[in-house]
Amino acid sequence: MLSKLKAFWRMVRRLSGDDAYERYLQHHAEYHQTGTPLSKEAFFKQWQDEKWSGIKRCC
Amino acid sequence: MNNLLKNSIWVLVAGLGAAAVGGIALNRGESINTLWFVTAALCVYAIAYRFYAAWIAATVLAVDETRATPAERLDNGRDFVPTNKWIVFGHHFAAIAGPGPLVGPTLAAQFGYLPGTLWILFGAVLGGCVQDMVTLFLSTRRDAKSLGQMARDELGALGGTAALIGTFAIMIILIAVLGLVVVNAMKHSPWATATVSATIPIAMIVGLYMRSFRPGQVLEASALGVVLLLLSVAGGGWIDHNPTLRTWFDHEGLTLAWWVMAYGFAAAILPVWLLLAPRDYLSTYVKLGTITLLAVAIIMLQPTVKMPALTQFIDGTGPIFGGKLFPFVFITIACGAISGFHALIASGTTPKLLSNERDIRMIGYGGMLLESFVAIMAMMAATVLDPGVFFAINSPAGVVGKEAIDAVAKISSWGFPVTVDQMQLLANQMGEATLFARTGGAPSLAVGMASIFGSAFGESMLALWYHFAIMFEAIFILTTLDAGTRVGRFMLQDMLGNIWPKMAETSWMPSVVLTSGLVVAGWGYFLYIGVIDPNGGVNILWPLFGIANQMLAAIALCVATGILIKSDKLKYAWVTGLPLTWLVTITSAAAWEKIASDNIRIGFFSAANDLADKLAAGALPPEKAAVTPQLIFNLHLDGWLTLFFVVLLWLIVFDMLRVCSRYLAGKPVLPLTESPHTQSRLVEDWVRD
Repeated sequence: MLSKLKAFWRMVRRLSGDDAYERYLQHHAEYHQTGTPLSKEAFFKQWQDEKWSGIKRCC
Repeated sequence: MNNLLKNSIWVLVAGLGAAAVGGIALNRGESINTLWFVTAALCVYAIAYRFYAAWIAATVLAVDETRATPAERLDNGRDFVPTNKWIVFGHHFAAIAGPGPLVGPTLAAQFGYLPGTLWILFGAVLGGCVQDMVTLFLSTRRDAKSLGQMARDELGALGGTAALIGTFAIMIILIAVLGLVVVNAMKHSPWATATVSATIPIAMIVGLYMRSFRPGQVLEASALGVVLLLLSVAGGGWIDHNPTLRTWFDHEGLTLAWWVMAYGFAAAILPVWLLLAPRDYLSTYVKLGTITLLAVAIIMLQPTVKMPALTQFIDGTGPIFGGKLFPFVFITIACGAISGFHALIASGTTPKLLSNERDIRMIGYGGMLLESFVAIMAMMAATVLDPGVFFAINSPAGVVGKEAIDAVAKISSWGFPVTVDQMQLLANQMGEATLFARTGGAPSLAVGMASIFGSAFGESMLALWYHFAIMFEAIFILTTLDAGTRVGRFMLQDMLGNIWPKMAETSWMPSVVLTSGLVVAGWGYFLYIGVIDPNGGVNILWPLFGIANQMLAAIALCVATGILIKSDKLKYAWVTGLPLTWLVTITSAAAWEKIASDNIRIGFFSAANDLADKLAAGALPPEKAAVTPQLIFNLHLDGWLTLFFVVLLWLIVFDMLRVCSRYLAGKPVLPLTESPHTQSRLVEDWVRD
């Protein structure tokens, strides 16, 4: 039960983008070992600006 | 044994579905429970998903689960990210489900519950879901390219240009008509206006919270925003009861239209994080929450549908919009049955997250099924109202008369009894001064939802439920409005950039202000003519929107059909070819009537001529005569625009047929642009966490 709740919570965080920075850090550690990752603030700014440059919503 | 059991379950589902659809279709004169609709919808969806969608995925498209998707191959940890299928489904559904499936069915309810319901069910499973799924597949096989890009690559420059122009045009009309829906809901309603206005500072607070106070804490900020939104619904009631404050929010439609335009302009030039992004979060949560609540309430309560299966308005004399059942029901309900706009999300956006091709059926086909179900619920919320009440709320003053007493007399004479007292009582319960002539669908849907929620969760809060429902619709209408204005701005900057490259710089302020201003002026103009139109602008704008949206769907289906034929799948080309044929038929028929009909409530040009004659004969009162030249000009403009849409549509169809016949004759055509097969290396449980 507890593990199901946890999985649900993970899903909510993933859907909302709440964990975007953690996933970015993970991706960074996996693929780009050189260089320091962006700070949470700087990452979030970039993430939000990129996310909104295309067609996002429909009628 | 196991197989036998499975088969008998599906036979049972099929039987139940057939009985429910038959029950809905053949019921005459008696009231019918909404549970029939839910059953019919769920059975039709289940059968279509299990058999038709599975067959398309396996045989027509031949999805290959070993093939790496763009999300995997181009993974950059940002926009291309292989993602759990439920998460992708959530994003995809949140992006495709806007106010369209709520407004269209409500308007189409003037024909009775049956035509709209059947079109929503069968249009979705045979048309809309297929379009979404096939487009998602094609874009996934082409590095997540957009629809316009695919049209250019596979059909040629004409198809690509048409897709671009079509997208831009539909955006302008869509925003105008949605703006009109909000304006009609807020007109002389201090409560609604105050609540809707409050959503703007609330979005800004949430934006600042996420950006500066607690960067990246999306969930925290959204929870705060949802609480503030609920408070704003109650706060609007408090303002409404305060004699001084309420005058600040009590406005004419035209004043509100100017405010909506000012808001759209501000939203397009302000940074996204301040207004657009936080508003989008809030609207997504409120939308998902309310739709779930509505489904629960309908299933718990099983209200009775009071609208007849068919009304006399199938002959084209309907008060909300003029035009016969064929083709206008198919134009009025676009989203919910088939919506070209979805092809823009299914190409370009969603494929960047898709981790495996086998999920295309669930996300593309399944996402649209859910949207179709939202449309069915909107249809139920509109038809559980007394038909008299439904028509009193939705009939414009120009059709039934300005005075309440005239309006009820006229509506009762149609055979839908309603009294002034009944409407006044209802307005009092909903906390409004009047509910007459609130054309556009939002208020009648809000009354329907309020009465459903009220009986499920307590009658005492009807006014709160009503304004909650208004807020719920307004918040994502405004989200579409500001996101659309912004997208329109980008497209315009891109186009102007071909002439003067500096214009394409998205951060160059003069270009930003100019292009945003042009886009707002574009939809603002149509909003303005909608507001000043005496017959309620919905009659003009909604068919125009429907035609534009179906045209975009036809473009997507042309691209899909062309690619199927070029991939040597001629024998399966009917899968997209049949819905395409149907769309071309209804769009052309509707456009023809809007252009050539001599009924002044349908034909744009005949309405213009009629006004010109009246003006020349001096038969118009002076205040009306003053705006008449402008109305005449607008009607001509609408007529030419319709003609433009339908010519564009036929150009694309012929271009597609030209490419296909050349291919079938063995002549050279543009090559397929499918990216080569790469073996997927994603570990199963890594993406499916």
